[in-house]
Amino acid sequence: MVATLHIDGAAYSVKEGQNLLQACLSLGFNLPYFCWHPAMHSVGACRQCAVKQFKDEKDTRGKIIMSCMTPATEGMRISIEDPEARAFRAGVIEALMVNHPHDCPVCDEGGECHLQDMTVMTGHVCRRARVRKRTHRNQDMGPFVNHEMNRCIACYRCVRYYRELAGGRDLDVFGWHHHVYFGRQVDGPLESEFSGNLVEVCPTGVFTDKTLKGHYARKWDLQTAPSVCVHCSLGCNTIPGERYGELRRVRNRFNEEVNGYFLCDRGRYGYEYENSDLRLRHPLRLGAEGPRPIPSAEAVSYVAGLLRNGGRVLGIGSPRASLEGNFALRALVGAGRFFIGWPERERALVTTALRLLREGAIRTPCLREVREADAALALGEDVSNTAPMLAFALRQCAMQRKIKVAAAFGIAPWDSDAVRLVGQDEKSPIFIATPCGTRLDDIATRLWRAAPEEIARLGFAVAKALDPDAPEVPDLSDEAKSSARDIAAALREAERPVVVSGTGAGSPAVLEAAGAVAAALRRLGRNVQLSLVLPECNSAGAALLGGGSLAGALSEVRKGQVDTLIILENDLYRRLNAEAADALLAGVKHLMVLDHLANATTARAEVALPCATFAESEGTLVSQEGRAQRFFAVHPARGEVRESWRWLREIGMAAGQSEMAAWQTTDDLIQTLSQEPGLSGVKEAAPGREFRAAGQKIPRQPHRYSGRTAMGADVSVHEPPPPEDRDSPLAFSMEGYQGQPPAALVPRYWAPGWNSDHALNKFQGEVGGAVRGGPAGVRLIEPAADAPARYAAEIPPPFQPAEGQWLVVALHHVFGSEELSAHTPGVAQLAPRPYLGLSPEDAQRCGVGEGDPVELAVGSSVQQLPARIIPGLPRGLLGLPAGLAGVKVVELPAGGRVRSVTGGPP
Amino acid sequence: MSDTARSLVTIFAVLLGALTLAGGFIWVERRLLALFQERWGPNRLGPLGLFQGVADMIKIFMKEDWVPPFADKPVFVLAPMLIMVTTLASLAIIAFAPGLVVADLNIGVLFFLAMSSLGVYSVALAGWASNSKYALLGGMRAVAQMLSYEVFMGLSLMGVVMMAGSFRLTDIVAAQKSLWFCIPQLPGLAVFFIAGVAETHRSPLDLPEAENELVAGYHTEYSGMKFALFLLGEYVGMTVVSAMIVTLFFGGWAGPLLPPVVWFLVKTLFLMCLFIWLRASFPRPRYDQLMLFGWKVLLPVSLLNLAVTGAVLLVRGA
Amino acid sequence: MFSLFKGLWIVLRHAFVKRVTVEYPEKKPVLPPRCRGRIILSRDPDGGERCVACHLCSAVCPVACIALQAAEDAHGRRYPKFFRINFSRCIFCGLCEEACPTYAIQLTPGVEMGEYKRQHLVYEKEDLLISGVGKYPGYNFYRVAGLQIEGKDKGAAENEQPPVDVRDLMP
Ligand code: SF4
Ligand code: SF4
Ligand code: SF4
Ligand code: SF4
Ligand code: FES
Repeated sequence: MVATLHIDGAAYSVKEGQNLLQACLSLGFNLPYFCWHPAMHSVGACRQCAVKQFKDEKDTRGKIIMSCMTPATEGMRISIEDPEARAFRAGVIEALMVNHPHDCPVCDEGGECHLQDMTVMTGHVCRRARVRKRTHRNQDMGPFVNHEMNRCIACYRCVRYYRELAGGRDLDVFGWHHHVYFGRQVDGPLESEFSGNLVEVCPTGVFTDKTLKGHYARKWDLQTAPSVCVHCSLGCNTIPGERYGELRRVRNRFNEEVNGYFLCDRGRYGYEYENSDLRLRHPLRLGAEGPRPIPSAEAVSYVAGLLRNGGRVLGIGSPRASLEGNFALRALVGAGRFFIGWPERERALVTTALRLLREGAIRTPCLREVREADAALALGEDVSNTAPMLAFALRQCAMQRKIKVAAAFGIAPWDSDAVRLVGQDEKSPIFIATPCGTRLDDIATRLWRAAPEEIARLGFAVAKALDPDAPEVPDLSDEAKSSARDIAAALREAERPVVVSGTGAGSPAVLEAAGAVAAALRRLGRNVQLSLVLPECNSAGAALLGGGSLAGALSEVRKGQVDTLIILENDLYRRLNAEAADALLAGVKHLMVLDHLANATTARAEVALPCATFAESEGTLVSQEGRAQRFFAVHPARGEVRESWRWLREIGMAAGQSEMAAWQTTDDLIQTLSQEPGLSGVKEAAPGREFRAAGQKIPRQPHRYSGRTAMGADVSVHEPPPPEDRDSPLAFSMEGYQGQPPAALVPRYWAPGWNSDHALNKFQGEVGGAVRGGPAGVRLIEPAADAPARYAAEIPPPFQPAEGQWLVVALHHVFGSEELSAHTPGVAQLAPRPYLGLSPEDAQRCGVGEGDPVELAVGSSVQQLPARIIPGLPRGLLGLPAGLAGVKVVELPAGGRVRSVTGGPP
Repeated sequence: MSDTARSLVTIFAVLLGALTLAGGFIWVERRLLALFQERWGPNRLGPLGLFQGVADMIKIFMKEDWVPPFADKPVFVLAPMLIMVTTLASLAIIAFAPGLVVADLNIGVLFFLAMSSLGVYSVALAGWASNSKYALLGGMRAVAQMLSYEVFMGLSLMGVVMMAGSFRLTDIVAAQKSLWFCIPQLPGLAVFFIAGVAETHRSPLDLPEAENELVAGYHTEYSGMKFALFLLGEYVGMTVVSAMIVTLFFGGWAGPLLPPVVWFLVKTLFLMCLFIWLRASFPRPRYDQLMLFGWKVLLPVSLLNLAVTGAVLLVRGA
Repeated sequence: MFSLFKGLWIVLRHAFVKRVTVEYPEKKPVLPPRCRGRIILSRDPDGGERCVACHLCSAVCPVACIALQAAEDAHGRRYPKFFRINFSRCIFCGLCEEACPTYAIQLTPGVEMGEYKRQHLVYEKEDLLISGVGKYPGYNFYRVAGLQIEGKDKGAAENEQPPVDVRDLMP
């Protein structure tokens, strides 16, 4: 419904019922606000958004109203410029500033501070108050968020965000009157894995990025480019910032279809591996006295020599490398000799997931659709640890019910306090079945803790309860039957249910079960969607590219078929246990590895080539949604570091593969790549290098970028020209198009008068909604509309805890399980120490206490770990942290045995 | 000495003399301007800063010979040469002293006019070839200004020619034995002088290169040697115009005691100083004022002068 | 017409009055203290570095010739880890001084900065930092800022109340 709104005498069409603040901002007016946030909506707490409302044309006196709390109605007359409204707004700021410290020069928020922007907007300049300022003590909130409480203006955004949206419990408001305090009960790291968003949510410098503080640079000094998070399979959009050749921070890049306004802490803070001392900076050649740096040309010609002389070569790609890198490697070694560097089980899982999405008639939702879903079933996947923003989206999904309840009372969805009051404890039905507790448990309608097979059986049972044609689950317990009925009933009710699962449980049966539930709902004609979490940022891309697993590579090596092995951005010692990896590497004569960081695999490489990280190169990743997204170089690679595909191309050309010569730029490579089946959309992920906005490139540096003529002057006073970027439509300079580029190319948010991230308002067609020109990225996977929903034939037998034989399952950790982010000191600090998880009953039975050393044997791999007692872990299950440094790699789930080292054998 | 050798020696003497004069005069101008403005001007390099010009020359020779990538190259290079050639060629007809003249043409005055017309090409081409807006505007101004003022220049001379009865400069000098033409031809002198300033686009009539509007006008894009040619061309032009005024109105080399060459040089230098004095004193008129003044004042005055002179001569002759 | 000649006459007269030029290297002019020359970084009255590395001077500099990196020392004070001015670019506009919220960066009347090598015109913090307060005595940013540093607890700055006790219920 469109309503006509008269603002300062001019008529505008706005959405009826929308709040006036959002409407005015969408129309491009500069109206100050604090407590309103496009993702958290209105509470009317700060009184900053005052405008004047008039009864009719004749009314000249009008009354002050809060625009964020007033719905737009047909024929409404308001004034933003009214002197009284202006004075009111200036008065509010002045009152806020009475206690605001004289901190801007030393405040990390300065230059991108919403409070600064709003103060300038209202015109307040001078503190007239004669009272002394109230002060607060700060808290230590862990490695990610800095706390400087003096600067608080009590807008309540932080607690609303933290408690309502992110589901955190340990941040709250204390005290009363003008003494209110936003913090924790006691000092200590914030518990929520979404705490980093406080930095963006807080309109002042109370919460700031602590990692940035360690190497601070102002927003106007950061060179930024659109990028994509590489720390999980969701592909959240980010804006990393660089200064003096070092990555300084990561900010959110709004993509309404993916991460929206927020990021998780792994994505926000995982970037520091880029600056790590472990970075490879030169090509290294392994000699008798260890690796020594060699010139690039020598490295290239040496490896090319190996390939040229009829050497049989094998390539191992990586699910964490870009499509471009993997494709270049495949082109170099030949499709038949290219293997994605994942274990056979992971390959099976990912291909199963991909098959479900491609062959079933079920669509995979983008995260917005998950946020808007009204019921969810999470099968087997601990999304809060493997795909945190999906967990965040599920929290929004849980709130949909409140909005629905409130709507019945005629309360607009943006009236967030009223929605919360009316909605009380209502939440959308969300069912979670995982081997171990998750941080989403608080929103779950019901929880199941079971072994992966049991979870799969539950899933199949739900499918059966929904659709009588579904296969029968044999030997189902009564309890499971009734649970399945409950779940089925709730899902059947829902208009937009989602089924969430993933590879995290390590069980293809779980994936099949999730597929079966979705298929059953689909057969019932429900608008169901299926979201499957994958292990890594480009798992989907790697699977689309095809290629065998490490098992295939190993058998080739065993056959003695390999002289030279090329490994791309892959640490085999994280994929295979040490013996298997050793066996694989020992079987080849020559080993070449391309990677960013020194690791166990590069240490064994005869030649190790330093390759560019996501922040130094351009490339494409395919997220678990099947969305191909392009990341762009934030800064040029220094020294001899290059994009992997450029190394591979040079080697290929030197070895006589002349077709690689055509790949002058990333675009050329993408052109070739998009001829692959299923990858034709990759080209459209972002505009190509020829793209120009108004004839100009998009500048990576803001127009206020400082120090250009001095930053390199210590080395030479003669300034070099800015590096040229021939790969993309972005430029490594401050010259270029200053307007709004297409979403995939937005390097930062800034608008005149809006220095904070709220400048995003000016990029959106409707504030809070899609950016103009549509979201970034292109979906490569769409279900065939007419495909029949099919069921998997095989249903696993029930899990029986056996005496002496345990099922070891992988427990994922948002901090520590992912390879690259673990190199950020803060992430490493929050990552758990190695442990072996036991259920309390089992622990008691074995006489093992918390922290006691126990010995775990899985197959031939034996390791000693301290025990951790995990309430809720089903009996007979052992939890081993996945991917954690200090824990030996074993393929999970697997049978294992434990022995208490101090006590007797359990 | 054969005639050819004599001519060659004269040519070299004149060239050397004129170029040195022009070069040295840059120093004189800077010192004089400074004097008028209560400054010192260049006074560091050599006695009284005399070597400043030499230093400037060295500097200008050392500069990169730069042709802007957007310019029309051949024309861009040709333009500064043209101005040197035309102004230097005008020198040929000037009689410095009895016998000290390169070519005592019987159409000397006309030759001078012809050469100064050709000089317009240099400026016009420079403005065009530079392919930049300021240069083009400067060039256009120069063309209009120089073409207009040439008319008055030519007309103002005709009185002198009528009185002397010859276009040959030596004859004109001879005709002033009794009375310098500056007395009977005062209006002609005034018009010629003003036109001379405009022809050489010296300030205050330097609109083609008005730096506060056009950066540097037609030579905005020039630097190094090519710029030096323009600069030198301007000074040689100034020398030529001064020499012409001396010849036509102030009795040429005539004067008591001192040798004729010295007289000639003294008179010329004095006139050149007058140019500088003007530059130090007057602001630049607007372009329309300049054109208006030319067509509405100078043209009638010179025509009137011509008519009166003719009438007087007719009456006398009759 | 007459005024033209009058103008000439006036100009001519000026040729005979005393020159205003100061013969510089032999005779040094006395420059006013607010003259915009060589830039320095000053210290606060307590001897601490005044610059808090806020990056405002570098942002305002029209030729972008100031580069610095912020850091925090053990006492909680912000300071520039390096602070570089490329004087071969500086146009001595004084905007940096105007932007500085702490009076740290100041332009001084020192104008004799000629060098034969451009590289020598790059000044690092060691070359810029002086031991005094420069033109502005008295001001110490940390005495008014809310930030806690060693020796100045929360609530101890000018015009501040002692920190709130959140658990206190008194109005
Ligand atoms: S929060 Fe904003 S206004 Fe307050 S000190 Fe920081 S930058 Fe300044
Ligand atoms: S800490 Fe920030 S977000 Fe929270 S109330 Fe204060 S100003 Fe608002
Ligand atoms: S005086 Fe001007 S140009 Fe020089 S450093 Fe300061 S702001 Fe930059
Ligand atoms: S403006 Fe002042 S305090 Fe800020 S960085 Fe520059 S010198 Fe330091
Ligand atoms: S934004 Fe409307 S009251 Fe805070």
